[in-house]
Amino acid sequence: MNIIYFDNNATTQVDPIVLEAMLPYLQEYYGNPSSMHSFGGQVSKAIQAARSQLASLLGAEDSEIVFTSCGTEGNNTAIRAALAAQPDRDRIITTQVEHACVLNVCKQLEKQGYTVTYLSVDRHGQIDLTELEAALTGSTALVTTMYANNETGVVFPIEEIGALAKSYGAAFHVDAVQAVGKLPLNLKTSTIDLLTLSGHKLHAPKGVGALYVRRGFRFRPLLLGGHQERGRRAGTENVAGIVALGKAAELAQQHFQSTTLEQQLRDRLEQGLLATISDCQVNGHPTQRLPNTTNIGFKYIEGEAILLSLNQYGVCASSGSACTSGSLEPSHVLRAMGIPYTILHGSIRFSLSRYTTAAEVDRVLELMPPIIERLRAISPFNSDRADWLQDREEALASK
Amino acid sequence: MWDYTDKVLDLFYNPKNQGAIAPCEEPGIAVVFGEVGSIACGDALRLHLQIDIASDKILDARFQTFGCTSAIASSSALTELIKGLTLDAALHVTNKEIADYLGGLPEAKMHCSVMGQEALEAAIYKYRGIEIEHHEEDEGALICACYGVSENKIRRVAIENNLTTVEQVTSYVKAGGGCSSCAAAIEDVLTDLYKEAKTLAAEIALREAIPQPPLTIVQKITLIQRVLDEEVRPVLMADGGDVELYDVEGNTVKVVLKGACGSCSSSTATLKIAVEARLQERVLPTLVVEAI
Ligand code: FES
Repeated sequence: MNIIYFDNNATTQVDPIVLEAMLPYLQEYYGNPSSMHSFGGQVSKAIQAARSQLASLLGAEDSEIVFTSCGTEGNNTAIRAALAAQPDRDRIITTQVEHACVLNVCKQLEKQGYTVTYLSVDRHGQIDLTELEAALTGSTALVTTMYANNETGVVFPIEEIGALAKSYGAAFHVDAVQAVGKLPLNLKTSTIDLLTLSGHKLHAPKGVGALYVRRGFRFRPLLLGGHQERGRRAGTENVAGIVALGKAAELAQQHFQSTTLEQQLRDRLEQGLLATISDCQVNGHPTQRLPNTTNIGFKYIEGEAILLSLNQYGVCASSGSACTSGSLEPSHVLRAMGIPYTILHGSIRFSLSRYTTAAEVDRVLELMPPIIERLRAISPFNSDRADWLQDREEALASK
Repeated sequence: MWDYTDKVLDLFYNPKNQGAIAPCEEPGIAVVFGEVGSIACGDALRLHLQIDIASDKILDARFQTFGCTSAIASSSALTELIKGLTLDAALHVTNKEIADYLGGLPEAKMHCSVMGQEALEAAIYKYRGIEIEHHEEDEGALICACYGVSENKIRRVAIENNLTTVEQVTSYVKAGGGCSSCAAAIEDVLTDLYKEAKTLAAEIALREAIPQPPLTIVQKITLIQRVLDEEVRPVLMADGGDVELYDVEGNTVKVVLKGACGSCSSSTATLKIAVEARLQERVLPTLVVEAI
């Protein structure tokens, strides 16, 4: 069965050109980049080349790039580095809809005595800058927010956030894992001090990422050991991964224009679903959104059942709902947006890539209506638009 | 990734007995439905039964389910299991039988089978006019706010399914699967259960070892109540029944049989085997149990 892949916010296919670029570093060029001999030296040069490729995509300087293993490592490092650099400040500001690798670090920091403000979001998933400003004080050490949300694709106004953070002397970290390669970045003229990205979200393999650290930013490393990455991230480099990330960054830059095409396909999918299926809605901001992401809630049914039905036809999508994620809790992002439970549990995320084709979109448009219809026919809520349901929803809301 | 058996997938893609049963005017036939679950949990089941009043048999069973793959498959399995059974026999169907019928469920999805069993009870109790709230756990303290699960429910399911860890409780009744701030409280409930079982065993051993001075009437009643609550009721509840202490006169213990036990043809046997023998063994060999 052909796979129709609409789960690119989870991970992406490795671009064949990227694969080709990295293979020699798994085969003939296996030297250690830290070695003195020229066999290792060649490898070290490849890392430098990748650094430049990535810096160029970000509008950064080579020396500002620190290679890491993934987005989680980048976010953990950035948050701890920023706090260690300002021991006299004990406040952190973030949002309710961050990725777990930011939220869980913040929760732990709270236990260690930090005060964390979790900014709320409105029903479109957008934060309120006045709430941010009200939360900022002279003891705010760090503002850490995403650039774009992984579940809904909602894009935060990072430069405005950064400007406010700066006016209180706070460090500004951006988790740009979902945004890099999809949204423009020019770190030279930006307010961002630290920025995280992950290779496998932009057609490099898993297990490689990078952290941008603004030149002059006081930095305390998380991993201690050798002098790799100028002492900012010890550990022998994942050379093939780094080479791949460099190549992927170069391709992302070349393909930047094609995100318009991706967006057209996304819109076609979104509008098609809204037009052919009743009782559904887009969860997210109508315009401030990643070009490749749509999160749609289908009332009266549950997401896992939709996903498994799609899976039968080789269609891969994702659900923010409880059942698929292993945890039983429904998506914290959709909950923070105040999405009613009737829709929340039946929400599906489709995330496209530059490989997505119109034919694939059309196939999903053809598959979805009968799937939704079948599951709704099973649901007790659909049959009577139940008072049962209304009552409970109201009871929950009044809790 | 989903780790479902072929049977689960088959009943998800081709569910049997899906839908509602229309109300029926025919004499001798009753139609009733029971519902459980909540929107917040993301699982809800409405089970419809068509009952032959004279024989107390389930003529038809259908379901409507809001939920994941295993919730839909469990509901379908349940309807298959209970069709043709008498209501008393149906009340004996456990969540484990539902899971077994499906060739097993991933542990994290066991709550789907529990939901099936509860919907069945809800429907039958409704038909019999038994207030579910009184049988059910709503009275107990709420342990998990995320999923609205009470202490009594955790106790009941833990006893029935031999659960010993918080993770297992989460898999069976969802409690603890949300914000997980109730994990410590669940742990406490389990520890208590374990402790109770142990102290009870120790007390019994002690009583058997040393000749006891005669019990005062207060001691006797307290002990009877305790044995009923901790040893007898969980067993009866597992079968959809229940018992309540009504009075103690001398050595005669008067009880009210409830739920499935109340109308069960074998209730005399239940009374003698499950209740009287147990009380004789644990409290006083001369006790006689009577149902009122
Ligand atoms: S209170 Fe139990 S999981 Fe939140």
